Amino acid sequence: MKINKQTYQKYAKQRAPSSPLFKDMFFAFLIGGLICAFAEGIYNLYLYLKIDETTVRTLVPVTLVFIATLLTGIGVFDSIAKYAGAGTLVPITGFANAVVAPALDDKSEGLVMGVGAKMFTIAGPVIVYGVIASVIYGVIYWISGVIS
Amino acid sequence: MNTWEKAESEMQRLAVNLALAKSNIRSNDLDAVFAGDLMNQCVGSSYGAECFNRPFFGLYGACSTFAEGCILASLLVDSGSFSRCGVIASSHFCTAERQFRYPLEYGGQRTPTSQRTATAAGSLIISCEGNGPYIREVLPGTIVDFGITDINNMGAAMAPAAYDTLTKYFAESGKSPSDFDLILTGDLGKEGHSIICDFMKNAGYDMYKSYNDCGLMLYNADTQDMHAGGSGCGCSASVIAGHIMKRFEKKTLSDILYIATGALMSPSSLQQGRSIPGIAHLVRICDSRDKE
Amino acid sequence: MNLFWDILKAFLVGGAICSIVQIVIDKTALTPARILVCLVTLGVILGALGVYKPFIEFAGCGASTPLTGFGYTLAEGVRKAVDEKGLIGALTGGLTGSAGGITAAIFFGYLFALIFRSRPRD
Repeated sequence: MKINKQTYQKYAKQRAPSSPLFKDMFFAFLIGGLICAFAEGIYNLYLYLKIDETTVRTLVPVTLVFIATLLTGIGVFDSIAKYAGAGTLVPITGFANAVVAPALDDKSEGLVMGVGAKMFTIAGPVIVYGVIASVIYGVIYWISGVIS
Repeated sequence: MNTWEKAESEMQRLAVNLALAKSNIRSNDLDAVFAGDLMNQCVGSSYGAECFNRPFFGLYGACSTFAEGCILASLLVDSGSFSRCGVIASSHFCTAERQFRYPLEYGGQRTPTSQRTATAAGSLIISCEGNGPYIREVLPGTIVDFGITDINNMGAAMAPAAYDTLTKYFAESGKSPSDFDLILTGDLGKEGHSIICDFMKNAGYDMYKSYNDCGLMLYNADTQDMHAGGSGCGCSASVIAGHIMKRFEKKTLSDILYIATGALMSPSSLQQGRSIPGIAHLVRICDSRDKE
Repeated sequence: MNLFWDILKAFLVGGAICSIVQIVIDKTALTPARILVCLVTLGVILGALGVYKPFIEFAGCGASTPLTGFGYTLAEGVRKAVDEKGLIGALTGGLTGSAGGITAAIFFGYLFALIFRSRPRD
């Protein structure tokens, strides 16, 4: 029996069981929503504590990053993320986890080339593309300001 | 500092020592050691075999490494070049995961077709004397690539290679699956296992009765969260050297085919968009030297 | 009552964004790193178009906590810096605006990498 490559790829793709979409979406909604609701809660808490609003805007993501990195360190984050999927990936917690996880793993390669360099293997592209996009926007915004 | 890499090398050392003890020989009696693992440059084996101070061959065949070692060792012993060889293969979840996928603590989801790298090591002593079991026949596989690019579906990437080697073997030997007590693929997992069943059936071979897969045997699919099953060099190595050899000892098996499959990709080849080449080596193990 | 309504909005909007991204994850072969890159870039674009600001005003942390909000912070920082300092602001604004989150991730990441070790999940 001769098997054609394209037919096989289609066959393999078709027969492979797909991820349980509705279950995944439900947990992503629930946990992602809870993280955002928690953020809103501490946002209001900080305001209630009479911290000024610009500081609170920075303080809230910083708090979330702190919690996410701590949970990654004690090995809880990946157990939650297994169910949450996008629910923990999409909030800033996913970014924080992507920074610590390789750092923890590559500690054995030393503090400079291990922890220092590997921190950015997953999260680096996020900063790179975010910054590039923002520079492009800045230049366009400046030109449009000069023209008008 | 204690590292997962050191742990894997230590597993190799322990496995070889256990095999030596069971065959009642010392490491100095070995003419060569054939070792392999999944790490870059095969370092797990280099450090693991260092202490034996014997001629060393480092192998890489991904999850097929153990059969690759068995084939080379048995051919060399059969030709009379060597009289005793050690074969060892290992894999460690923590060393393989960070090399091929994501860091351990990274919060990601696995797809149902993904396989889990087994933390395991297995070792055999291939010797010109002793009372078996015997490696009766071998059939080295060729590289078969059907263009699968999904690292989370290695079963589908490796199945065509296993199919290729199996059909070649049955065509050449004139035997059929029912001639064997057990036909065991390396670690195709759930996906690969059923693809093989489908394909072999279409080719006119009924595999259902005697066919199993090491990746499915190593873990308990009901209680352990392994998705499509185990993988890694250590998976089939430990099933063969542990479970299967014990069954030969108890005489509940007398003639089996072991087809170890490997997915020969690297993280960079995947990022470059290359597909996953598969390979499958066949080893026939019998309880008697001159079984037809 | 206002507080409850704010938190509910954050929950619903944040959850909705996450479950939409979950569809993308399940239905495509995009790696998580690519998805994060797309979200940040999308956030910058929406911020630049002025769409994201009213969205944040409505949903609060439900819109600012997802990574698109991180992109919005970058865009907002650049806009402010260009207004104040001219063209050089295009280079300084983005990271100034998002400095808190990035620095926190690096600092706490380093700190916890020193304290803890990674373990296999079972």
